[in-house]
Amino acid sequence: MEIDPFIFRLSIFILSIFVGYYVVWSVTPSLHTPLMSVTNAISSVIIVGAIIAALATTAEEGLSSSSIFGYLAIILAAVNIFGGFLVTQRMLQMYKKKKDKKK
Amino acid sequence: MISPNLSAIFYLISGILFILALRGLSSPDTSRQGNYFGIAGMTIAIIVTFLSIGNFSSLFLYVLILLILGGTLGAFIAFKIPMTAMPELVAGFHSLVGLAAVFVAIAAFLNPEVFNLGITGNIKLASLIEMSIGAAVGAITFSGSIIAFLKLRGIMSGAPITFSGQHYLNLILGLGIFVMVFYLCKTQSENIFWTLIAVSFVIGILLIIPIGGADMPVVISMLNSYSGWAAAGIGFTLENTALIITGALVGSSGAILSYIMCKAMNRSFFSVILGGFGADNSSNDSNEKKDQKPVKSGNAEDAAFLMKNASSVIIVPGYGMAVAQAQHALREMVDKLKKNDIKVTYAIHPVAGRMPGHMNVLLAEANVPYDEVFELEDINNDFANSDVAFVIGANDVTNPVAKTDPKSPIFGMPVLDVEKCKSVLFVKRSLSPGYAGIDNELFYRDNTLMLFADAKKMTEDIVKNLD
Repeated sequence: MEIDPFIFRLSIFILSIFVGYYVVWSVTPSLHTPLMSVTNAISSVIIVGAIIAALATTAEEGLSSSSIFGYLAIILAAVNIFGGFLVTQRMLQMYKKKKDKKK
Repeated sequence: MISPNLSAIFYLISGILFILALRGLSSPDTSRQGNYFGIAGMTIAIIVTFLSIGNFSSLFLYVLILLILGGTLGAFIAFKIPMTAMPELVAGFHSLVGLAAVFVAIAAFLNPEVFNLGITGNIKLASLIEMSIGAAVGAITFSGSIIAFLKLRGIMSGAPITFSGQHYLNLILGLGIFVMVFYLCKTQSENIFWTLIAVSFVIGILLIIPIGGADMPVVISMLNSYSGWAAAGIGFTLENTALIITGALVGSSGAILSYIMCKAMNRSFFSVILGGFGADNSSNDSNEKKDQKPVKSGNAEDAAFLMKNASSVIIVPGYGMAVAQAQHALREMVDKLKKNDIKVTYAIHPVAGRMPGHMNVLLAEANVPYDEVFELEDINNDFANSDVAFVIGANDVTNPVAKTDPKSPIFGMPVLDVEKCKSVLFVKRSLSPGYAGIDNELFYRDNTLMLFADAKKMTEDIVKNLD
């Protein structure tokens, strides 16, 4: 009997939880705020689903109710992607060592 | 147009880049590189999606325009937001992820053919369950984050809102979700799907309103985790590896942060979620007691004198510093002290502020080198050998009662041993108890000098007196 592809995805999911567990424990506590903003940015990869939904119709067919929700989700996710990565970058720029200080 | 197999490999690569992005955060030196990995992963995922759909009609242009529109707005927010507002920003961003997850789930429900989930009215059972989970968790994340945002922003009072039967109502609604998913699978009815989302919105609100302001670090971490699980749910629906990996990463990240925050408060996750902490009315009694005990209070001149004659000073910042935006003045004060060859370090309690790492970001903003900033367990032994502890805007996290009084609500919570310092300077606006509603024994100690003023103003005055 063939293995359902769902099981493969479930395996990836479970293994990723473990990877996440060990990776996140090694994050230094002083960077917990950037951790939250960057996880927020990467979870916006949900935009992938939004793009698929939005581009499901052809130009002649125009908009369907499904594609409208896709377009809306694209805007939301885009705000998050750019906002999340840039604010993380801005925060990380501020973390400097003693040596890097002027003088 | 690229084959599904090739795009699956690219999605895997983008998932791996996301893992490296988090990995980079293990040290400030590698963190910036990590963020670039994250950006690269996202870029790959988006480009591969366009290529695999292969629809470059005028609709593609619309998508690009919306991407740029949203991106510009996001970039604008990212550059404009003051660092003190970071907690509400993160809460706000979580709500967007949650809502995006809901929208994608709705899109998949209305048009399952594009996602290969079957046809409308006859969606594959597993896909239906997955998208219901994604939609429900997404909706809870959305409305919960909105409430957290309003509380953090001060638009809504930070005080817990409780009413009788609250927990039963939540329980019934929670069970209702399961019943609805069950009937949704049976009937494929659109109405049940809409009701499911609506009820989830309500649950999100009900979950967060009873949780008080200082428990926000747990709430934000928890919502972070939820946004991950919502993404994972959608990832299963779309059979997309990048989304599944990311969802698992974000979900476990948020869960670990919630755990760390709960542990730092010595409270169980459930007691935080059930809420109502800090709403007790026993604070009236402590008000009466307070009047009888003598308190030594001083001014900026006294504080400057004490610190000038010290050889080591430990700074303990808290939420009050963030509210008063005192981090830059504080940095100025420390610079002056350092010029006098006084050793200055910073001690940070894990739950100081309104989100994990909140204080660290503010100090970093004020150009404090991160190797002068220490976590609770790394610095707690140093208090006994230090001359002055300068507590600015922190309260409950320094209360010795947590170590001595088993009846205290915060008993057992790890606290900073500031009382072991030769003298303690406590910058605070008034004697009012902290968030936990309990009196801080530290105020009445002989070696404590209370500095009653706004944190920023007091620090500035001390700077003047240090000359």
